[in-house]
Amino acid sequence: MVKMIICVVAYLILAPLIGGLLAGIDRKISARMQGRVGPSILQPFYDVLKLLEKEKITVNRVQDFYIACFFLFVIVTGCMFFAGQSLLMVMFTLTLASVFLIVAAFSSNSPYAQVGAEREMLQMMAYEPMVLIACVGFYMYTGSFDVYDIMETPHMPVVYLCGIFVGFVFILTIKFRKAPFDLSMSHHAHQELVGGLKTEFSGSTLAMVEAAHWYENVFLLGMVFLFFSNGEISGIIVGLVVCLAAYFLEILIGNSFARMKWQVALNSSWLVALILGGCNLFALIFIG
Amino acid sequence: MSYITKSPWIIHYDGSSCNGCDIEVLACLTPMYDVERFGIINTGNPKHADVFLVTGSVNEQNKNVVKQIYEQMPEPKVVVAVGICANNGGIFKECYNIQGGVDTVIPVDCYVPGCAARPEAIIDGVVKGLGILAEKREKLRQEQLAAKSGAKAAPQAMPVLDDPAEAKEEEA
Ligand code: SF4
Repeated sequence: MVKMIICVVAYLILAPLIGGLLAGIDRKISARMQGRVGPSILQPFYDVLKLLEKEKITVNRVQDFYIACFFLFVIVTGCMFFAGQSLLMVMFTLTLASVFLIVAAFSSNSPYAQVGAEREMLQMMAYEPMVLIACVGFYMYTGSFDVYDIMETPHMPVVYLCGIFVGFVFILTIKFRKAPFDLSMSHHAHQELVGGLKTEFSGSTLAMVEAAHWYENVFLLGMVFLFFSNGEISGIIVGLVVCLAAYFLEILIGNSFARMKWQVALNSSWLVALILGGCNLFALIFIG
Repeated sequence: MSYITKSPWIIHYDGSSCNGCDIEVLACLTPMYDVERFGIINTGNPKHADVFLVTGSVNEQNKNVVKQIYEQMPEPKVVVAVGICANNGGIFKECYNIQGGVDTVIPVDCYVPGCAARPEAIIDGVVKGLGILAEKREKLRQEQLAAKSGAKAAPQAMPVLDDPAEAKEEEA
């Protein structure tokens, strides 16, 4: 119980700091990959603090409410994960959060935001199967959906779930909104959809969206970490190193690809889920 | 301290420019000048922007567009007119459809001369604009504080952007 409370409080306080720093490092590394100097590592914090200073303009009042719900449920997702709750519940909460973001974008009636919202739904369709397969894989391997039970397994789950791990890293590209699949909105210069999903959000509303992404990214890296935890120090070290490596890989992918059409995103991620995820699950049945 | 000077996001609008100044604005984003060093991002979205960069003069067809972009930007905001066309019409001044510089439709805070304005001059202009931005931010904060203390929490005005009356005006 004490461990649970400590983990949740640590997540609430540290996640935005770590998430923001990671975002800053992302921008710095991206700039270096493009031969530029790049902004300061603290730039994402400056951005969000600036957004909080801006005048409040909102297209309609419900939009702010939906975004607040999105922010809240992203945080709840992370808290449940770090409190060792059931992985399935965690994932469903994350889906609920994404739905709030989509509804917020739809509520504005702006064509850019609406097309962005439609694409976000397609992206959700693309990554959800793999996420569910990952949950099922963890269950088949450890016999429990609870995060703390999974963390106590004697061997690293990745040994038995290597296919699922690769598949999960694949869909991380979508979740981190990196280049080949940053269809609904992107962090970089303009795209054909202006700001996509976030076109109509400004000021503190946009700040909330950004902060929610920091929380979300830390939670997603926590999922990556779960593949390597074996209840020992070695697992923790390997897990953290792999988390950073996965993050770097996503930056590299983001900088070396152009954006692709939604069909590619959907087909490729379902194919990956089917082949890597599906075969891995069958293999688990045979191993027993 | 105000964070607005550390993260100015820009929207760039091309009036009736010859594209010379536009190229120079875009040159600021290249590795050579890399304005992202200063946290500057070219957003393309008025609702996210703090600095409005206008190149080229205002003509009869785009004066409403310029006005609308300006109105959609949340306070505090500054306008930087880039190139002599944006300053007062430049070589297009005598044309039948040209209204003049950007300041004929919206208030301009900073003028960057040149034909075309050099990237160094543009960056310099934006940095000058940042000083004005910080002042405006301070004024806004004072006003907000005054509004809070006096007149017992008057409900904050929420500008509704897609006002049907306004939309109708646009169509007409
Ligand atoms: S100032 Fe010169 S370069 Fe710039 S838009 Fe006008 S004519 Fe073109």
